[in-house]
Amino acid sequence: MPDATFLDSTELVLNMGPQHPSTHGVLRVILKLDGEKILGTECIIGYLHRGVEKIAENRTYAQFNPYVDRMDYVAAISNGLGYCLAIEKLLNVEAPPRAQAVRVILTELNRIASHLLWLGTHALDIGAITPVFYCLREREEALKIFEQYCGARLTTHAFRIGGLLYETYDGFEKDIVAFCDMFLPKVDEYEELLTNNRIWVGRLKGVGILTADECKEYGVTGPMVRAAGLKADLRKLQPYSGYEKYDFDIPIRQTGDTYDRYMVRMEEMRQSVRIMRQAVAAIPEGPIMGKVGKVIKPPVGEAYVSIEAPKGELGYYVVSDGSTQPYRIRVRPPSFVNLQALDRMVKGALIADVVAVIGTLDIVLGEVDR
Amino acid sequence: MADEQKPDGPQAPPPAGGEAKPAPPKPAAPAAAAPPKAPAVMAATPWDSELSTEIKERFGDQVTETSTYLGQNFIVAKAEAAIPLVEFLKLEADFDYLVDLTAVDWPKRAERFDLVYILYSYARNERVRVKVPIADGYKPQTSVGVHLTANWLEREVFDMFGIEFDGHPDMRRILLPEEWQGYPLRKDYGIFQQDERWVQENLLIESGQ
Repeated sequence: MPDATFLDSTELVLNMGPQHPSTHGVLRVILKLDGEKILGTECIIGYLHRGVEKIAENRTYAQFNPYVDRMDYVAAISNGLGYCLAIEKLLNVEAPPRAQAVRVILTELNRIASHLLWLGTHALDIGAITPVFYCLREREEALKIFEQYCGARLTTHAFRIGGLLYETYDGFEKDIVAFCDMFLPKVDEYEELLTNNRIWVGRLKGVGILTADECKEYGVTGPMVRAAGLKADLRKLQPYSGYEKYDFDIPIRQTGDTYDRYMVRMEEMRQSVRIMRQAVAAIPEGPIMGKVGKVIKPPVGEAYVSIEAPKGELGYYVVSDGSTQPYRIRVRPPSFVNLQALDRMVKGALIADVVAVIGTLDIVLGEVDR
Repeated sequence: MADEQKPDGPQAPPPAGGEAKPAPPKPAAPAAAAPPKAPAVMAATPWDSELSTEIKERFGDQVTETSTYLGQNFIVAKAEAAIPLVEFLKLEADFDYLVDLTAVDWPKRAERFDLVYILYSYARNERVRVKVPIADGYKPQTSVGVHLTANWLEREVFDMFGIEFDGHPDMRRILLPEEWQGYPLRKDYGIFQQDERWVQENLLIESGQ
């Protein structure tokens, strides 16, 4: 029979990270435990803090463009799109239709690449080793297209303020269509491996529930809020870059648990293919660069522009003082805000659930810490 | 691309807008040489809607401005009215999602900082910004009671600007180490500046640069 002191010592503090493989980067979570039950968590972040917002104030608008790729580096193109749209808003110019179509294609391709990395690593965390190989195989195809288009695979710097720097290469359309044809059946293959897998369902169903109201309270966005039944997608709500022209659905689910978030993201990949097919079939002819001077100098003012990045609402709040350098750029990172809800999601759950929930948050620490 | 003035280290932040337009042949003039003209201001237009009228009626002279710039609405309010206004917007105007909370430093102004609340309403599909000018050292009330999101966002504002929020449950630095001295996003904090002592003690190197 255990003695009284043993019975008293119920609370245990456990450190998870910053080098834990399932934290997807340098995130440290301090867990307060009662046995294996979680009483509370505290996230320690900032290991990757580079002061992106400070750097912005000391660069010209064009010079800062490549830096944004280094925040959410698995979805660099989305970051670039948001930044370019924000400065274009301040300049009151719009990218030409051709540039917008190419932007949509590349951004959706990047969304697929980002979701694939999430799926692979998430499944790996849960213990399913196979999907990560398949996911990275298909992601490679997407990265090859980026490389062909702009020479870089990860931190692409694909867009410029006002449009595009590079015209599409010969065979770009063919490559995109080939990717779509190749990729769509693969999503079914991943689903065959996971969706009805007993272990997968057992580990994910009912874990880390976040209801729609809680999502609003915590400012959670992206697939997480859509899994809770809220049809919130900025591509539909406040279309940018010509998204209103394309026909696609916003997948939603109702309970808001980890399994639903998985299902939402899987369906999103299919919808991205749909958008890409429509966009690539009708890339308009014309210029790829809008009327933006060599020196970018927005008038005095401020604007907040946000886009639907793979992880949620990615916003840029830019204040211009009329000079060639931004007076202040604030990045509203979806990962940072979403991570805050971790505590609510895992309270009362088990340690193994923390792994599942962090996986489903789909955070990139480069973006959390900036 | 832009063969214009290159950022040269910790540059003096220009005042609100009044920088002279550099001619193409690149004047080697540092910011101090040009006498600041009358500062350009944001060409915002008044924002007239049911909501803005209601806000003005309810808050009177606590709300100093309701404007639109580039199709984006914003409200400028006094510090004491900030939390009641955000709460009013949440409860009675459906702005139930705090997108972002940040600050902007204007060192030459008497009220040095602008606190910026960006709010979104799913029901209206509309965004509004609440800007609250506050003086250095003023402790604004926390908005965690209204929006839970504000917890980390306010911690980041504290971390970067040194604005302490009154009544915040956990007012600590979030991105920088807790013992760090200085607030990096203030304009008087240089781009190469760092907490030398912290770097030497913890990283065991002379300088991080």
